[in-house]
Amino acid sequence: MATNTEFRICPTTGLRVHLPAELLIKANAVAAVVFLAVGGFFGLLVALTRWPAVHVLPADWFYLALTAHGLDVLLVWIIFFEMAVLYFASAVLLGSRIATPKIAWVGFTLMLLGALITNVAVLQGGSTVMFTSYVPMQAHPSFYLGLILFAVGALIGCFVFFGTLVVAKEEKTYEGSIPLVTFGALTAAIIAVFTIASGAIILIPTLLWSMGIISHIDPLVYKTVWWAMGHSSQQINVSAHVAVWYAIAALVIGAKPLSEKVSRTAFLMYILFLQLASAHHLLVEPGLSSEWKIFNTSYAMYLAVLGSMIHGMTVPGSIEAAQRAKGFTSGLFGWLRKAPWGNPAFSGMFMSLVLFGFLGGISGVVMGTEQINLIMHNTLYVPGHFHATVVAGTTLAFMAITYLLVPLIFRRELVMKKLAQWQPYVFAIGVAGISLFMMGAGTLGVSRRHWDITFADSMLSFDYPAAAFLMMGLNGLSAILAALGGLMYVVIVVGSILSGKRIESVPDTGEKVSVTVPAVGTYGSATHPKIPGTVVLVAIFFIAFVLYYFVNWKYLSEVWPMR
Amino acid sequence: MAITPPSERIWWKEPIARVEIVWIIVAFLWGLVMFFMMIYWHAAGEQNISNEAYRTTPAAFAAKAQDMIDQHTVRQEDIFPVVHPPPGDIYLIARLWQWWPILELEKDQTYRLHISSMDWQHGFSLQPVNINLQIHPGYDMVVTLTPNQVGEFSIVCNEFCGIGHHNMLGKMYVVE
Repeated sequence: MATNTEFRICPTTGLRVHLPAELLIKANAVAAVVFLAVGGFFGLLVALTRWPAVHVLPADWFYLALTAHGLDVLLVWIIFFEMAVLYFASAVLLGSRIATPKIAWVGFTLMLLGALITNVAVLQGGSTVMFTSYVPMQAHPSFYLGLILFAVGALIGCFVFFGTLVVAKEEKTYEGSIPLVTFGALTAAIIAVFTIASGAIILIPTLLWSMGIISHIDPLVYKTVWWAMGHSSQQINVSAHVAVWYAIAALVIGAKPLSEKVSRTAFLMYILFLQLASAHHLLVEPGLSSEWKIFNTSYAMYLAVLGSMIHGMTVPGSIEAAQRAKGFTSGLFGWLRKAPWGNPAFSGMFMSLVLFGFLGGISGVVMGTEQINLIMHNTLYVPGHFHATVVAGTTLAFMAITYLLVPLIFRRELVMKKLAQWQPYVFAIGVAGISLFMMGAGTLGVSRRHWDITFADSMLSFDYPAAAFLMMGLNGLSAILAALGGLMYVVIVVGSILSGKRIESVPDTGEKVSVTVPAVGTYGSATHPKIPGTVVLVAIFFIAFVLYYFVNWKYLSEVWPMR
Repeated sequence: MAITPPSERIWWKEPIARVEIVWIIVAFLWGLVMFFMMIYWHAAGEQNISNEAYRTTPAAFAAKAQDMIDQHTVRQEDIFPVVHPPPGDIYLIARLWQWWPILELEKDQTYRLHISSMDWQHGFSLQPVNINLQIHPGYDMVVTLTPNQVGEFSIVCNEFCGIGHHNMLGKMYVVE
């Protein structure tokens, strides 16, 4: 049994916080923010290079920066932050001690070491293979080695999380079932294990191949298994950021899930179906049948998409129900107008929800349609889509919850509160622009991962439409705005951790404590207040989805007949 | 709340509000529509992805392509042979950093376009038509294609293939 000196009581929430867990959360969150800053900087350079009028980097540096950008933000920033979320959702929310903190530190060290090794490999210039490192293009062995170490570290973190759930259950630190947020984190961790196993299956042979021990790796097999890691790992992000949405709604508004059963079933659908998503990257590949492609790309008849669409109603619905229970009942959207838009945790969370659904979700399903992929594969539409999901969705949600973690875990008040109020808006507008303009350029056929769309040094000549150049310029401007938002975030977080006013904490006296965030009512599952505003929002989403889906079939029907 | 254990211990037996059930049903049905739309398009649509592919080697594929080039070259453009093959099997080589040769096709004729890579992966992006395919080494991808527009088209490489990637530009003509 842990002694009481290892715990403190959070004065704001009443949560019982295990100090070794707190330290681990801090370390992972700090590492995450550092890599976000580095990766974000590379991203800005990439966007400015793709702006034909600016074109800052030479070709070799552009491809190097693009490799580093993908690696540092898509992998390192997000997974480090997810480790912090896992430890928070287990040890802190359950009021438990963390299982095997020493082993958790081993995991952290491996992740840090792996991230550094791969970054060095990329910066040395011998591993400009993009984040995806498709064979037979070969990177330096240390590139793959770093990735493997990072993955092993993350796997250890997942098992520490599972262990903590067991400890909390054994030591009865909570009653009944685990909270919904912990359930979402559990979903993320289960998918992470699948993901990392896929990564090991393909990266270990690839490492041996790069060392000359294995002679050949089939490029199609590589891609199929690599994306079982690459795309499934995006579902870790979805699960984690949906859990974060629920957490912020609870902590800021006091929102209660409309139905535990519905929300948990939606998470379960992620576990059951999301790992089929490897197919999204293989729709115009030779050697795979249409049957396989259709079943996998649709997550078995869109059952994982169904999970996300359910969260799309239950998350804003729980906020509306809570706001109405508090008395904000005027009209359809009074609850939304009176929401705490000046609180960066709430504004960031809500914009993450809207942008993820409207931009990321719809574009993902459309692009993942077997035949429609023909007019989108490897165009800028692809990064346009995933910047909406991973940046506007996951990153913005993680930024939002940071504004709660700083007082709760770092025990510091935020500095520059005014700047913090603006930060989510600046970042969200920038990222929404990046996503939209890249999707626009992609619709016009512009290639992704391309240094020079004017083809100035090419033997032949080709001009993309003038509108494409306009899109690339607007994308560059949006990237500057997003980078500014990112910089504001880093400055606020680092400033708060270093010089924010300390928040005194209460030692654990061993008394039974309960969470003291103001809960709203005691309504049960089916008896929550009516949510007409959410119904209207969901209806708008649905109409947009259906229209956009069929517009793209129309575009497809205009290209050359082929079979 | 979402950060505390469910207030009703037997939460899985709680009834669900009508509004949620309706949305779940609508969303599920929409998923079915989207699923069957892909199957429907295979039956009724004109733009479908080929399921035809063969294992090959760079040498074997290059030999077939060379055969076509030897028989049907009609002129030279810069370093590229312009090949005007009859409808049927035609070949396109992807390699660092060229699409080889320049094909000249006839409008409304049907061709079995074979594409394969000699080295790394490449991306076949026919512009401004906007048809995008992934090209692997060791796989001969066969796309049965019927150009329905006359003009000069470009083939951009849209899969990163090293430092010359952005210069990898090919051409295709469609004539009456």
